[in-house]
Amino acid sequence: MIPAAFDYLRASSTDDAFAHLQRLGADARVLAGGQSLIPAMRFRLARPAVLVDINAVDELNYIRMDGPALTMGAIVRDSDVERAPWIGERGWSLIHDVSRVVADPVVRQMGTVVGSLCHNDPSGDWPAVALAARAELVVRGKTGTRTVTIDQFLVDSFTTVVEEGEMALAVRFPVPDDRTAGSYQKVERKVGDYATAAVAVQVSLDVEGAVREVGIALSAAGPCAVRVTEAEALLKGQKPTADLIRAAAEAASKKSDPQADLRGSIDYKKNLAGVLVSRGLRHALARLGVQS
Amino acid sequence: MKVSIKVNGVEYEKDVEPRTLLAYFLREDCGLTGTHVGCDTSSCGCCVVVMDGERAVKACTMFAAQADGHEILTVEGLAQGGALHPLQQAFWDQHGLQCGYCTPGMLMTSYVLLKHKPNPTEAEIREELSGNLCRCTGYNNIVKAVRQAAEAQQAAPATK
Repeated sequence: MIPAAFDYLRASSTDDAFAHLQRLGADARVLAGGQSLIPAMRFRLARPAVLVDINAVDELNYIRMDGPALTMGAIVRDSDVERAPWIGERGWSLIHDVSRVVADPVVRQMGTVVGSLCHNDPSGDWPAVALAARAELVVRGKTGTRTVTIDQFLVDSFTTVVEEGEMALAVRFPVPDDRTAGSYQKVERKVGDYATAAVAVQVSLDVEGAVREVGIALSAAGPCAVRVTEAEALLKGQKPTADLIRAAAEAASKKSDPQADLRGSIDYKKNLAGVLVSRGLRHALARLGVQS
Repeated sequence: MKVSIKVNGVEYEKDVEPRTLLAYFLREDCGLTGTHVGCDTSSCGCCVVVMDGERAVKACTMFAAQADGHEILTVEGLAQGGALHPLQQAFWDQHGLQCGYCTPGMLMTSYVLLKHKPNPTEAEIREELSGNLCRCTGYNNIVKAVRQAAEAQQAAPATK
């Protein structure tokens, strides 16, 4: 399976890449890690006329902690995140967890975080994580650079707010305080398979031990990664209890809208989404020293 | 388009179509058939090669154009002057291969693992090789071989 013919352009800078994209419009796709795009091209599910390769754009290859946010440029690889010096810190535990289960360890050495978000696969890992961690994307368009929340960014299956001629430059994760922890729970038949179900959870407690902020999102649970606002609302402001966690899990099961496939029936996957929310919340709270 | 890729220390200048995948460039344009194509869809890891000495990549899921100006190490580049690389020697000693089809990918993935983690635990080896499939299911000996190579490299850190 060889992809359809295309023209290849290697961008030397962000400006250069952007100029190509503006000129080519719908004909062009950005090539970052390529770990989703190239298989899609090989299956002829994608047939871009031109690839704009941004792998040589060094100014997009950075992980920066600046003030309230951790910013990752568009060609930061999953493996860069996996090996980041701060990855063992409790506040980043959701990112820690996901960085070890995206695809497989070799794919992670090419695949990028921003690329995964732009691909927005319904079974992808990073979209749900970005929702739970309340990330933002930096998008460059014709009129300048704008910042969009992850909730705005993810539009539908394989669709984001990034329009023709535009490109995502970076993702920003809010720096967690010292009472924040998360957990990523993924069930897959084997390493590298699409998730049967996956759940991203991040919890921040206040000094009293009540939930100050919480993010709960599902992957492989419908056409697009989805935030379980109902479960978040149940927990916010409350001290977590077994009953509340059960109620949050039920809300997640209800929200999950999966398709039946070889990985399981609709009922099974809906149930699993709830089970994983429960496990994720308990895991995140245990990391904060709270037994629930 | 013209590409210039240094493979195992040798510069290959070739005219390729942009859609040429690195695995096919290595096998057909360079004649280096040690890099195997298994699933051809980035699942099996048979085609793993090392880019710029530090990153294991699936050569079936990367275009040769992307490697233009970069250095690629394939299984053919492991042995030096007729002496097997410690990883190759360990696979030999531990019977880390049966049919041998997955072996080049196993070696190249392990090569990068040992760069980043010179003394990996068994669990870390299993985790790092989880994107490489062995249809003979000879995993136990593969893991033992990587452990042996780690020990050999620590005993003689001068080896590559």
